Amino acid sequence: MSATLIAQVAIGGLLMGLVYAVVAAGLTLIFGLMDVVNFAHGALLMVAMYATLLIHRATGLDPLVQLPLVALLLFGAGVVIYRGLIARTLSVRVNAGMVQIFVTFGLSIFLVGAAEFLFGSDFQSINASFLGGRSLAFGAIILPWPLVASGIVALLVFLGLFLLSRTEFGHALEATREDHEAVALIGIDRDRVFGIGWGIGTASVGIAGVMLANFYYIAPDVGTNFALIAYVTVALGGFGSIFGALIAGLIIGLVEALTALFIDPALKQIGIFLIYLAVLMIRPRGLFGHL
Amino acid sequence: MAGVVRGTLAARRRREVLLGIAILAFLAVLPLGISNVYLRGLIVLALLYAGLSQAWNILGGYCGQISLGHALYFGIGAYTSTLLFTRLGISPLLGMFAGGLFSGLAAFLVGLPCFRLSGHYYAIATLVIGMMAALLAANWDFINAAEGITISFHGESWADLAFRTAILPFHYVMLAYAALIWLIAWLIEGSRWGFFWRAVKDDVAAARSLGISIYPSKLAAAAISGAATGIGGALYAQYVGFIDPESTLDLSLSVLIALPAVVGGIGTLWGPLLGAAVLIPVQQLSVAWLGSAAGGIDLMVYGALIMALALARPEGLVSFFQARARKEAAGHG
Amino acid sequence: MAEPLLAIRGISKSFGSVAANVDISFEVAAGEILGLIGPNGAGKSSLFNIIAGAIKPDRGEILFEGRRISGIGAVACARRGIGRTFQVVRSFDSMTVLENVMVGAFLHARRSAAAMREAAGVIAFCGLAGRRDVAAHRLSPPDKRRLEIARALATRPRLLLLDEMLTGLTPTEAREGMQLVRDLRAQGITIIMVEHVMEVLLPLIDRAIVLDLGRKLLEGRPAEIVRHPDVIRAYLGERYVA
Ligand SMILES: Nc1ncnc2c1ncn2[C@@H]1O[C@H](COP(=O)(O)OP(=O)(O)O)[C@@H](O)[C@H]1O
Ligand SMILES: [Mg+2]
Repeated sequence: MSATLIAQVAIGGLLMGLVYAVVAAGLTLIFGLMDVVNFAHGALLMVAMYATLLIHRATGLDPLVQLPLVALLLFGAGVVIYRGLIARTLSVRVNAGMVQIFVTFGLSIFLVGAAEFLFGSDFQSINASFLGGRSLAFGAIILPWPLVASGIVALLVFLGLFLLSRTEFGHALEATREDHEAVALIGIDRDRVFGIGWGIGTASVGIAGVMLANFYYIAPDVGTNFALIAYVTVALGGFGSIFGALIAGLIIGLVEALTALFIDPALKQIGIFLIYLAVLMIRPRGLFGHL
Repeated sequence: MAGVVRGTLAARRRREVLLGIAILAFLAVLPLGISNVYLRGLIVLALLYAGLSQAWNILGGYCGQISLGHALYFGIGAYTSTLLFTRLGISPLLGMFAGGLFSGLAAFLVGLPCFRLSGHYYAIATLVIGMMAALLAANWDFINAAEGITISFHGESWADLAFRTAILPFHYVMLAYAALIWLIAWLIEGSRWGFFWRAVKDDVAAARSLGISIYPSKLAAAAISGAATGIGGALYAQYVGFIDPESTLDLSLSVLIALPAVVGGIGTLWGPLLGAAVLIPVQQLSVAWLGSAAGGIDLMVYGALIMALALARPEGLVSFFQARARKEAAGHG
Repeated sequence: MAEPLLAIRGISKSFGSVAANVDISFEVAAGEILGLIGPNGAGKSSLFNIIAGAIKPDRGEILFEGRRISGIGAVACARRGIGRTFQVVRSFDSMTVLENVMVGAFLHARRSAAAMREAAGVIAFCGLAGRRDVAAHRLSPPDKRRLEIARALATRPRLLLLDEMLTGLTPTEAREGMQLVRDLRAQGITIIMVEHVMEVLLPLIDRAIVLDLGRKLLEGRPAEIVRHPDVIRAYLGERYVA
């Protein structure tokens, strides 16, 4: 096995890891804000991918151009989901945690069903995108452009989230996550902050969805796998930690790629799971979780 | 004084047994009045899930540990009994208990690391371990990998728990299973362990201050819950005659095992049965009536139902009955 | 003096940069009612948690009936005979009052009939007989405090730690609570009570330890305590300002 091949696989893994990290960032943002694990996260990724596909077919717009559009669309979806479902679970006095788990599970099943009903369960893909088929060569290392672009966009998303945390809204977000009740006293509307938090969380997934639509197949259950990896990423990085999601995403992308290369592509996820379990034994709250 | 106390708690427990016997009797004669084979099959499945979900309830409901990986114990039970039967000719009547033993052991082993985690970390860890097992099973040639195992049929036989044409025997098998797990839950509710587990679920610090060790309590609950789930897996394998990783180890199965208890009433004796009676028919019928005509609608109905029930009745469907019982009690007092 | 029931020796505990307890030492004799007083944040609850085993001290040791209990954990402390209540009441909300107390009784009882008998007796003793089959989360605040005491009592403790059990009660309720504490002592149970309102405690206790900013300010009989200038400054002063 040549060093070039290993380097190429490793870099590819890291780039994919950035995409995982963006999916996980949305999940961990919502969790950190309000202690809710969104089990419909994978379904929302799928929704974003179909949205990209449909818009592409209808208008011919390249996925790259669609980025802001789909992100906005998913932002709206997040706000609606919060208003329509999640806000209601917050007022539940018994079994609130359970209700949140199963309401989002129900939503996920519903969305997957809707996709199957509308588009069938065949794999689809976007064939003629601007990035599709192009690749970037560094000497002998050749990387497909869609993947490289995904990595760049992912880094921009994290930059955006970082800048956001510095704005006034970012402070309101931080204050709300510290103390849900007390923020009302300083004039912060909790529901508004939570709603926008959901919007940002799902918009992140939307961006990941657009980038994936460039090179990944699209099917109703495409989100399942990504969601699973996102849960592992979030648990590995520490629930609520955006930075943890970034680092954990990179680790997972790398481990997955190397497991596939050195052991067996069919078992590539086993490597991820083992790393996750090992870290959890040593740091039960993840790498960057609050104790 | 003490006699009065016996009056309340003991009477409630006695009432539950009487109600249990009445329901058992009703379910025993129910299929005799139903000739539709499809409907009978539906009831068999609902009974299986009533038992499975009660098994999940022992850990999730009474001890408060939300496992999203119970398909693992189901799968271990199904594979153990099926392998013993197809490779060694050991009757599933024994095999199901071997399956229960292995899955109980697996639940204990999974608990060792996972019960150091709390809340969402625990739920996610069980989910990941479940998925990991499914992935490994799909690549493990010894158990036929993703291809699965077909249980060949050598004629109707109680000794082999094999029936092809008749559904009625399986009705009684699943009924016995659901009743057995119900009985275990009833016994736990009245026992020292049951009290400890509920205390662990409600308030860990208070439980510790009364001398309850948290970790061993959770491990015991997990082992019993896992074993009870594994027996159900073995019975399922005999009922369907075919198992593969997708049908016995998938995450969706883990969710389906938990859901009846959640919908019916978590941590209650009747929640899992009630939840299974509502959920399983809806899920199956929507597949049958809508699934073939327009793929996906079945999932939409199922998903919408889960959302609606969870939001409308967070305490579960049993709360309808409890509210009435409380009003009656208030009326007497 | 005979061997003390409880001996606290040089206990220190910090949370980050906050020194909650600094080099605290005192002894508690069997059968005593000891008051642990001091303003909010003085370190009373922290010390309680250390005695009950819920928190490990950074330094120092605690002997209970002559055996070292520091570091053995809350579960082992409960089994050795230390019962406690919590400043913020903790009840098992999915259970009735009877079931709550049965949980405590199961520390010694194996069978539920025995636990039930024991719990019923304790419930009556604590004045909750009328509320036995009520769900714990429906109790009034004073009844919740009684429930916590009943639950701890069912474990048959020899030392009982009561954290601010009188706080927030009306004068009548507080008087009833104090009567309950006297009844407990009559049963031979040694009691340490935390209270930050000093007056209510003085008639009840045999001896008081005053904590301030994590340190033991002084120790003495109630009459000596109220007269002490340090106490008036550190404690009453704070109260009059507030
Ligand atoms: N578990 C804890 N974690 C962090 N800080 C604590 C903890 N317990 C107590 N403290 C701190 O120690 C100090 C003493 O608190 P506490 O013992 O609760 O006081 P009191 O009960 O006398 O009002 C306070 O500054 C409090 O913030
Ligand atoms: Mg205190």
